[in-house]
Amino acid sequence: MNSPATPTTSPLPLSHRAPPPGLRPAGRTHVLPGFGLTLGFALFYLSLIILLPLTAAFVKTSGMSWDGFWSAVSSTRVLASYRITFGASFLAALFNVPMGVILAWVLVRYEFPGRKIVDALVDLPFALPTAVAGIALTSIYAKTGWFGQYLEPLGIKVAYAPAGIWVALTFIGLPFVVRMVQPVLEELEPEIEEASATLGATRIQTIARVVLPGLYPAILAGFAMAFARAIGEYGSVVFISGNMPLKTEITPLLIITKLEQYDYAGATALAVVMLVVSFALLLAIQLMQRWFARSTRT
Amino acid sequence: MAGHASTLTYVAAHRARRSIEDPRWLRWLLISIALGFVGLFLVVPLAAVFVEALRKGLDAYFAAFADPDAQAAITLTLIAAGIAVPANLVFGLAAAWAIAKFEFPGKSVLTTLIDLPFAVSPVISGLVYVLLFGAQGWFGPWLMEHDIRIIFAVPGIVLATVFVTFPFVARELIPLMQAQGKDEELAALTLGASGWQTFRRVTLPNIKWALFYGVILCNARAMGEFGAVSVVSGHIRGETNTIPLHVEILYNEYQTQAAFAVASLLTLLALLTLVLKSVIEWRHARSVAAASASTTRQFATK
Repeated sequence: MNSPATPTTSPLPLSHRAPPPGLRPAGRTHVLPGFGLTLGFALFYLSLIILLPLTAAFVKTSGMSWDGFWSAVSSTRVLASYRITFGASFLAALFNVPMGVILAWVLVRYEFPGRKIVDALVDLPFALPTAVAGIALTSIYAKTGWFGQYLEPLGIKVAYAPAGIWVALTFIGLPFVVRMVQPVLEELEPEIEEASATLGATRIQTIARVVLPGLYPAILAGFAMAFARAIGEYGSVVFISGNMPLKTEITPLLIITKLEQYDYAGATALAVVMLVVSFALLLAIQLMQRWFARSTRT
Repeated sequence: MAGHASTLTYVAAHRARRSIEDPRWLRWLLISIALGFVGLFLVVPLAAVFVEALRKGLDAYFAAFADPDAQAAITLTLIAAGIAVPANLVFGLAAAWAIAKFEFPGKSVLTTLIDLPFAVSPVISGLVYVLLFGAQGWFGPWLMEHDIRIIFAVPGIVLATVFVTFPFVARELIPLMQAQGKDEELAALTLGASGWQTFRRVTLPNIKWALFYGVILCNARAMGEFGAVSVVSGHIRGETNTIPLHVEILYNEYQTQAAFAVASLLTLLALLTLVLKSVIEWRHARSVAAASASTTRQFATK
């Protein structure tokens, strides 16, 4: 499995079990049944569940005047929420880069007791409901919590402060870099590192100059995924952030607030901004993965 | 011959391994950092859930589940997941069959669109249904006339759950089925099997572990979804609260112990999911190789 990121474009080499040529019905392309039925159903279901609702958001916004849209997405409170959302997401994803690489390295290269448990635990942020993560982190970092009771006297406020948002988003984004880097490390040819060692490089030089550059595409993809995941995050953040307008209010929460005030147009305008950013990121990640697949295939 | 070559590769790899081992201090340092990070960000929150849940003893712990509102929340969560998971399972099979076994224009666009729900913030996933079915939405007036409630009612919760868990099964199956190709199915058809028999006897056994894998991840997300469901639920106690929403209400009412007790149920589900996932990955590495590699991608943006 040398190209984990683009399974759709690069078939894995594990099943080349072609039947003898005689068994192959020659000259017929669509002999497998069910094409029309399965594609038809898939398209119908996709349109109904995903495309129609998303279109509703864009159509709703197109009914707004440009000035109305602009003031809805650029008020002081909204701008502050972008700053917090994107800033905290960026810092959390950034922190996950070195941590994720170290974790992946340790899991792939070293043997230590509990390695398999740690490996399985890495996926916890995917499996644990975000609300549960939110209340658990809040209880730890609140003034009376396990960590909070030592941090607050030092003047470090985590819960109900921007730092809390960063903690929650770091938790949410934790698996991405690890899971992107891990398969690449597993596939790395030891001969290259051996050659580097033979040529006189120290171990640190080998890691920094030979191993790490090969990981850059995977790291970048993992970072982008963690960032994209973080900007939309809601459940884990609302509990720990304190939700103070201008200070710790994230954009997804602001969308809900506007909705609760029956400001449907304002909520939708913000949603459209977030959707455009998310789609741009999705596109960037897909392009990155294509590049990544090319660079790891050789 | 192949065996001989692979033995040689193995020996060579082994020798190389030894010359590129990290110094002891570096191993120790990196393992400490990694374990410290995992401990701080994963193990401590996990422990906090159970410590807080059991703070007042076992009686108080179980009392949290005796509450009728809690039971209603559990029932609703089971209903939502019970509809969303099978619906997305059928879709996943259909989409993977069409995409993996046939060539058609726009295939890569379709594959990208299937991923779309992962790129959408859960809050927006809920909002779009409000725009369709809410009082001010496209179908709002018509629904009101016919006295059908979707938003702030169970159907809205089911729809939002279906939306956020949409890609899970499909994303597991597509890469695996593409890797497997269609030769085996064609052989079965040539030998006289019907289309359905081919699917059941040839395709299904080949994909069953990846399918199971997709289903457990889909289920975990369906039962734990918070943001999307929160927007469409209306938070009517005993009626439109799922387990995560019930946890939120208890927590906001300072019933911390009860909140964590109910949350521990979801945490156990998450741990069970991780165990099953690891077991499948270790035991059936080959059949889920493609799938597990795409896991990260799947969750790319919840």
